[in-house]
Amino acid sequence: MSIITIERKVLEKNDELATQIRNKFKDNNTFVINIVSSPGSGKTSILERTIEVLKSKIKLAVIEGDVQTDFDAKRVEKYNVPVVQIVTNGGCHLDAKLVKDALENIDLKGIKFLVIENVGNLVCPAGYDLGEDYKVVVLSTTEGDDKPLKYPKMFINSSILIINKIDLLPYVNCNVKELRENALKINPNLKIFETSCTTGEGIKEWCSWILENIKD
Amino acid sequence: MHELSVAQNIIDIVKDNVPENNYANVKKVLLEVGEFSGIVADSLLFCFDAIKLETPFKNAEMEIRNIPFKLFCNSCKSETTNKFGIRICDKCKGFDTNIISGTDMKIIDVELDS
Repeated sequence: MSIITIERKVLEKNDELATQIRNKFKDNNTFVINIVSSPGSGKTSILERTIEVLKSKIKLAVIEGDVQTDFDAKRVEKYNVPVVQIVTNGGCHLDAKLVKDALENIDLKGIKFLVIENVGNLVCPAGYDLGEDYKVVVLSTTEGDDKPLKYPKMFINSSILIINKIDLLPYVNCNVKELRENALKINPNLKIFETSCTTGEGIKEWCSWILENIKD
Repeated sequence: MHELSVAQNIIDIVKDNVPENNYANVKKVLLEVGEFSGIVADSLLFCFDAIKLETPFKNAEMEIRNIPFKLFCNSCKSETTNKFGIRICDKCKGFDTNIISGTDMKIIDVELDS
């Protein structure tokens, strides 16, 4: 019997590719966020509101990830911004290889801001680095205030939390103060925004934060 | 949920590290899986057993060593844990903590039957 020592992270290949992509983003001065959430929390709606505000100010691009269909890419296309749709065909998350391949179809030169919208899933995307500057987790008020405790890894690995559908608070059983406390217990460094894509509440603050992160 | 693709990653890494003429002799793959790595050990074992039949590692077994979630508190300098993966020091209840272990997944070694 003999033993071969390996001592390697299982997701090492993904991390290596993510580092390559991250360097590419740095070379092009592109600020990149990876938006994650459960399905239906409003990722694409936030993206649409964000594009409306930022489109005239900076050049941006979008990578859309979905299990099936190009519905989201079509929604984004209407705003005349470059968009690539990744269809994972059942895959529950985007990985760095998929993003690297998608980047073949985007000329990053001059792109100041790239949004990667991940597959709707509050579990698996947490484990995959896509070369982004920040993971942004979206949680809507309809999902309930206990979710950060039930899905801690996503909140540990994210830097920003957007509490969306804030306009629905009078109708749903969600305590935002508790939601915030729960999220900060998991990750005390989380920066939190509250938004509504229907009323537009909080979108300005969110977009200002993006602009603060963009380098000339 | 993505245990199947993780099992495939493990097989790829083993292929990279074991000389090809020894593939058939791989008897055991030892893995360390953190309590909050996002991976369900039983499900990973199941997936590994299912896909190994399509690989040269038909005789390989996977052993998983569970790694507990551990925190270091920068305020009171103690090492504690939290059963929910929450970054609160169990001693002083402070938030200023670093994760020491329990969020990674590593292949440690491979045992050959030769």
